[in-house]
Amino acid sequence: MSGALTVTGLGYAYRSGFALEEVAFTAGAGAFTVLLGPNGAGKSTLVNLVTRLYSPGAGGVFIGGHSLADEPGKALARLGVVFQQSTLDLDLSTERNLRYGAALHGLWGREADRSVEDGLARFGLEAARKQPARSLSGGNRRKLELARALAHKPAVLVCDEATVGLDTPSRRALLAHLRRLCRDEGLAVLWTTHLMDEVEEADPVVLLKSGRVRAAGSAGELIRRAGADGLESAFQALLAEEGA
Amino acid sequence: MRAALVALWAILLREGLRFLGQRERMISALLRPMLWLVIFAAGFRAALGVAITPPYESYITYEVYILPGLMGMVQLFNGMQTSLSMVYDRETGSMRVLLTSPQPRWWLLACKLLAGALVSLVQVYAFLAAALAFGVEVPLWGLLAALPVLLLTGLMLGAAGLFLSSAIRQLENFAGVMNFVIFPAFFLSSALYPLWKVAETSPLLARLAGFNPFTHAVEAIRFALYLDVAPLSLAWVLGGLAVFFGLAVWGYDPSRGFLARRVME
Repeated sequence: MSGALTVTGLGYAYRSGFALEEVAFTAGAGAFTVLLGPNGAGKSTLVNLVTRLYSPGAGGVFIGGHSLADEPGKALARLGVVFQQSTLDLDLSTERNLRYGAALHGLWGREADRSVEDGLARFGLEAARKQPARSLSGGNRRKLELARALAHKPAVLVCDEATVGLDTPSRRALLAHLRRLCRDEGLAVLWTTHLMDEVEEADPVVLLKSGRVRAAGSAGELIRRAGADGLESAFQALLAEEGA
Repeated sequence: MRAALVALWAILLREGLRFLGQRERMISALLRPMLWLVIFAAGFRAALGVAITPPYESYITYEVYILPGLMGMVQLFNGMQTSLSMVYDRETGSMRVLLTSPQPRWWLLACKLLAGALVSLVQVYAFLAAALAFGVEVPLWGLLAALPVLLLTGLMLGAAGLFLSSAIRQLENFAGVMNFVIFPAFFLSSALYPLWKVAETSPLLARLAGFNPFTHAVEAIRFALYLDVAPLSLAWVLGGLAVFFGLAVWGYDPSRGFLARRVME
């Protein structure tokens, strides 16, 4: 399987009906891939499948070439995740949260120390090192979640609406930082959002609606294909065109 | 292997720090059995005579009789606390961090289980210290001999809690666990009264209590405290541990257990 993250023919059904059908795409190394879709499109379900919280009814997920179903340990070792809902242990300090995340990925001793210090420095959290996560601002909590997700140097980072609750400057800073990581360190990011202003023209975009991929390509290509003057209108046009 | 041990250490440390930060949990773990020991046992001392039955070699006071049952109660409540904290972790989202780590899920659950059992040991020995200070007599070597048995019983009751946590949908449903799991398990056991005494009035209840894993946990502790072994009870405890842990692993399997059923709705 090529690509840092490859999703093939993925299907999932709730009792109330299909949530995802035949979803397939690839997020390449060094690319900031955007999974774009309105609320209820199936983005969070997809994230839960990619992180093995759910088990797919059909298709497969491959991370760094390892099948999530057959080699979950190897696949998950290459994955970092930031969920929409906070997953911090609010009673633990910033540093302890980082150490806990690193240790769950097998980092120990000096390796863990380095990873924790790097995470604190990279996201400007040194001053909050001993503070319980509960006392951190919303922005710093998000930074901590990101630092923890990156602690074990994953090949793929999945972020599910990770900017929810952040003010505009924090949102921009976070996005800029992740794009830098893609560019400089070859990290593959799968960024799920419904906010068009988080997408840049060169970003690969997967357009999801009602559990199906409606269009895929770079944001610029989608705009041209729809004959629109921006992603917002392209998005509307493509969804309408597909009869969604 | 190294990564699995590091994860074990991380989970033990997290649960330990969490326990240390929850002063109320320790206080209630001590207060609950002490109330039973000081008030209930004093009230029932005259009403319930305890004849000489193994492992006891002479007449004993009622406080001495119920001590193993109260030790078991501490572990029973701790097991359910484990369940409660798993449901809480699931609701607050922090369990996702655990479940998306690369370690096998059964191993992560085993780490959680061991952490809970170790916490229950701290609680039990704190209670024993208070009981000794209150004047309850226990062979001192028995305190040491009971340690491995208490670890086993703590694991079994914790595994029951883990299984329950996979089946409970919301934190609000936890009151049902109190009414339908903890109380029946405790009262339908030999914790407060010997089963031969129950059999005098209701053979059926005595027989049912014989099928209660908690009865066997209490008896295994009782015999160990007197440097004796109750093989049947130990077998029940080991069997209970295997069954409950197996059910918990099944319950947390995303493709098979309750977790799958919950998300499919």
